Amino acid sequence: MFFPLAGKLIPWFSLLAGAFALSGLYVAFFVAPTDAQQGEAYRIIFIHVPAAWMSMFLYLVMAGWAAVGLVLNTRLSGMMASALAPTGALFTFVALWSGSLWGRPTWGTWWVWDARLTSELILLFLYLGFIALKSAIPDPSRADRAGAVLALLGVVNVPVIYFSVQWWNTLHQGASVSLTRAPSMAMTMLAGMLLMALAAWMYSIAATLSRLRAIILERERDLEWVQLQSGSLRTAP
Amino acid sequence: MSWGSLENFLHMGGYAVYVWGAYGVTALCICLEIVLLRKRAQQARR
Amino acid sequence: MGAAFGLVVARELRLALRRKGEALNVLVFFVVVASLFPFGVGPEPAMLQAMAAGVVWVAALLAAIVSMPRLFAADLADGTLEQLAASPHPLAVIVGAKVAAHWLLTGLPLALVAPLLGLQYGLPADALGVLVAALLLGTPVLSLLGAAGAALTLGVRGGGALLALLVLPLFVPVLVFGAGAVGAALSGINPGPHLSLLGAVLAVSCLVGPWAACAALRVALD
Repeated sequence: MFFPLAGKLIPWFSLLAGAFALSGLYVAFFVAPTDAQQGEAYRIIFIHVPAAWMSMFLYLVMAGWAAVGLVLNTRLSGMMASALAPTGALFTFVALWSGSLWGRPTWGTWWVWDARLTSELILLFLYLGFIALKSAIPDPSRADRAGAVLALLGVVNVPVIYFSVQWWNTLHQGASVSLTRAPSMAMTMLAGMLLMALAAWMYSIAATLSRLRAIILERERDLEWVQLQSGSLRTAP
Repeated sequence: MSWGSLENFLHMGGYAVYVWGAYGVTALCICLEIVLLRKRAQQARR
Repeated sequence: MGAAFGLVVARELRLALRRKGEALNVLVFFVVVASLFPFGVGPEPAMLQAMAAGVVWVAALLAAIVSMPRLFAADLADGTLEQLAASPHPLAVIVGAKVAAHWLLTGLPLALVAPLLGLQYGLPADALGVLVAALLLGTPVLSLLGAAGAALTLGVRGGGALLALLVLPLFVPVLVFGAGAVGAALSGINPGPHLSLLGAVLAVSCLVGPWAACAALRVALD
């Protein structure tokens, strides 16, 4: 049964998240040097980029589980998608917020309507729409499948966000970290970003598993093993 | 990277509002999520 | 298959003719919304010309959203929807036909009336032409994606507002490229790239919209 396994994994992922975060923050503030052009403001990168990566990654995972649920008609897939959405929305918000605070001193503006920022904002609306649709439909099975269709409808947006800086002339900086070419930034900055990205990833797993356990308990309320968990099992006299 | 003093560190080269605004709100959001998850787990057990 | 398509379109148009008011309402809504802005922002010609494309497009989006819930609701209420889903014809064809009828009743009139609004805002003739072309390409997308949204929120509480929340993010590319095309024409740049992108969005929507609507309808009818 998935439930106890998830319960055992959560503390480990939380620990990993904390460890990566501490080392990442250490690198971010005490190892990475001051930037020649942006001064200390650039240190927001250690939050902004990992958050943006997670916002896109979590949406893809969510859409993936949604697709599995639609095709194989499994209940767990739908619950997984529901568990991922709020954390994904959180990272999208953090990416937008930190980006705005970084943009103000460096670009001179809190917001600009370029392709990348606009599509990240759309991503936030897609997450919120997904959550809203699921909460509006009382029947869990219907909610899962409707949400899955919606999630898949919006998945086109993620490559748009990722490739927008290549396709359009935008104010937002182009990609400096690539899987194929050597990165064009100082190694310490890269290390800090990767550590924080790992921290965000571990945290997302822990938060999602925790939320998944709650969803399972909420939905399967009538099953015996659930009632055993909450100590509310009533046995016949 | 040596800051010299706690004051320098907090001042962030003049960008304190932006840097700590970003890190602060992020920390707040994470804490909020953890608190909400705890509450939800408690309620689900009842 | 083509016959089924034609039959459904004809049925939709006949039903709409019996309730002429509804389609007209959407058109009037579009005109009224677009005409409200000068009252709010003032009559200065240069500013109005600059915001014309955006205003007309946003009004078109809102008009589409207002008319969307009706696409499936009436048929759900009287049981026709279940019969259509159970028919031997592919649901995608039936959905496509409903979308086509919806566009003929809302998107097309909207695109034809838009030049009048454009004149109100002081758009020159070539920009007006681009506006109509862009709307003709973009309004079908609104109908296609809106149908998916309508199917997803069929019979759900708070359906109208939820529909808007779900579907407006998907409409943003249409808005950006559509308004951008007119903006390009105003600046003397070739609007071709914008219109091509609109065409690409239309092509993708033709595939994605009906699929999503069918999947959502089956979810709603189960």
